[in-house]
Amino acid sequence: MSAKNVAFVRPQMLPAEPAPLSIRSVPGWIRANLLATPRDTILTALAIAFLLWVLPGMLEWLFFNAVWSGSDRSACTTIAQGGIQPDGWSGACWAFIGDRFQQFMFGRYPYDERWRPILVGIMFIALLVPILIPKLPRKGLNAILLFGALPIVAFFLLHGGFGLREVETPLWGGLMVTLILSFVGIAVSLPIGILLALGRRSNMPIIRTLCVGFIEIIRGVPLISVLFMANVMLPLFLPTGWTIDNFLRALVGVALFASAYMAEVIRGGLQAIPKGQFEGADSLGLSYWQKIRLIVMPQALKLVIPGIVNTFIGLFKDTSLVSIIGMFDLLGIVRLNFTDTTWITPVTPLTGLIFAGFIFWLFCFGMSRYSAFMERHLDTGHKR
Amino acid sequence: MKKTLLSAAIGAAVMGLGSAASAATLDDVKAKGFVQCGVNTGLAGFAAPDASGNWTGFDVDYCKAIAAAIFGDATKVKYTPTTAQVRFTALQSGEIDVLARNTTWTISRDTSLGLNFRYVNYYDGQGFMVPNSLNVKSALELSGAAVCVQSGTTTELNLADYFKANNLQYNPVVFEKLEEVNAAYQSGRCDVYTTDQSGLYSLRLSLSNPGDHMILPEIISKEPLGPAVRQGDDQWFDIVMWAGYAMVQAEEFGITQANVDEMKESTNPDIKRFLGTEADTKIGTDLGLTNEWAYNIVKQVGNYGEVFERNIGQNTPLKIERGLNALWSKGGLQYAPPVR
Repeated sequence: MSAKNVAFVRPQMLPAEPAPLSIRSVPGWIRANLLATPRDTILTALAIAFLLWVLPGMLEWLFFNAVWSGSDRSACTTIAQGGIQPDGWSGACWAFIGDRFQQFMFGRYPYDERWRPILVGIMFIALLVPILIPKLPRKGLNAILLFGALPIVAFFLLHGGFGLREVETPLWGGLMVTLILSFVGIAVSLPIGILLALGRRSNMPIIRTLCVGFIEIIRGVPLISVLFMANVMLPLFLPTGWTIDNFLRALVGVALFASAYMAEVIRGGLQAIPKGQFEGADSLGLSYWQKIRLIVMPQALKLVIPGIVNTFIGLFKDTSLVSIIGMFDLLGIVRLNFTDTTWITPVTPLTGLIFAGFIFWLFCFGMSRYSAFMERHLDTGHKR
Repeated sequence: MKKTLLSAAIGAAVMGLGSAASAATLDDVKAKGFVQCGVNTGLAGFAAPDASGNWTGFDVDYCKAIAAAIFGDATKVKYTPTTAQVRFTALQSGEIDVLARNTTWTISRDTSLGLNFRYVNYYDGQGFMVPNSLNVKSALELSGAAVCVQSGTTTELNLADYFKANNLQYNPVVFEKLEEVNAAYQSGRCDVYTTDQSGLYSLRLSLSNPGDHMILPEIISKEPLGPAVRQGDDQWFDIVMWAGYAMVQAEEFGITQANVDEMKESTNPDIKRFLGTEADTKIGTDLGLTNEWAYNIVKQVGNYGEVFERNIGQNTPLKIERGLNALWSKGGLQYAPPVR
């Protein structure tokens, strides 16, 4: 029996219909996602009530009541406090951030020389962005420029030399110091961490002991005591007249600290690689370094991307500890400005901390989003 | 890091831990061309950055005075911000030449830490702040009050001593961090706030209604704040101390930044001697400086009163009164030995 000319059978496929209105419309979505069960309804109501309770006050403080321009504390203080705002006023003092923005970025870097950190920043972005986009070619050259050439150029640009005026590191500060510390920490800790992780799994007893010792000692000490040791104790041991730049000490401390943590993260990745991969590589006749470089590391690193990024984010935030040894990173310089009598008001500290927190959040959120993208990009079927 | 330190430690122990202080600080300073001055990492009115990031403040001006005395140029200073924990090590290890960081001169610091103090640039003392609504005019009326205080400080000990000596009852409300103490006072957890008086003034600025709080007249402890140098270099010690005395002396003579050039023409032998215009004077050269040292200090930094008013006085938000820091001739303690 042929189905061809049966009147009640449609001869061609129907086009796909959009989902019914009850699902795709806004009320439909709300019903499905927010009010599906009595419990959901109650939770939704509670959440909305919470937002209504918190948001208006927050928005009012942050934006509607805020002061956007002014040149000293009188703009952000009430009449009783010696300013121009009505009594009982409270709001964010963005004028303070505006007035001190350059300082928050560059610290006490001389005003006329600030094109130098800006130029370094532009070069950094110009080299960083292409290396982050997987589709672009010449990754090797790019990496050499970013991790090899840029630090050297940046050092001479920032510190001086070749006819540029010398700017000592105590004048550096603000976001610039935070970024330099974290970039160097990140760039140094990854290769050293890989070597330490391999060393810890090595069969050679001396290398293994050294690596285990280094990792365990550094990991067993808080970063703050590493910084204190470098800052306070090192000068006592050095001969008279010898000084090592404070900034360099902090850099080395932060980089070594991050390396020890990185080593453990990467060791976790190495342990997750099945033994068969090592044996397969051996059976192909690859040397040790070929095996590690071509077979093991690509798989291990991919597995521990979340851990690596976690360490990076932790490192980025830990750099604010250097303010304890008298260096002014972003948080340090913001807090330092609280003590300036030109801007002492009840609202400046809160405004400054919100600003610093927002900048830290921007960078950490960026790193976290990028790592999520990389995980999806490198996903070659291990995911369960 | 740890390993480097360990090997360095062993090396130092083998060679014997010598004193890091070098003998002739003045020569070192002249050779490198600037004074390395340790200041606070941020204390309103004493050391804080201005809009363009330059250090300003009462202690900072003191560093400038030393540079003016040595180089005739008050800008030849480099600042090392030091925290309370690292300040003495920084001085002992030679990282800084002088510590001008609102540091209290005590006998134990003078003797066991290997430091030298003499000149006091600010006489501070522990005081009390109370809300006006408490209707208290003297600390002796504070019996039964709840007092906010930071734990582990001399402040806490002074407080206990004072109330015990005066037979008063009180409830200490103790916090670990200064910010917590501030927050507790602002929220009304306690009736009284106690810390050094200079700190009370800057705290009052950050209260929501500064006019509703008053600082009581009693000062219950002695906190003479002054610059410190390493022991073992008397010439440097003299220069650092006399740079301070010169500012006090200038105020006593009525020499200001504005009139110092006119004063150079003065026939008063004291002033001539002070400003180095007297014939054959050796006062400056005996210090290891030029005879214009005091002139340079006053011209470039100002006299003590000017420095005080500019940074912490009545025209600044801090509005600290001269009080103990007035000249001795006006009922205060600022007294300079004669320049002759």
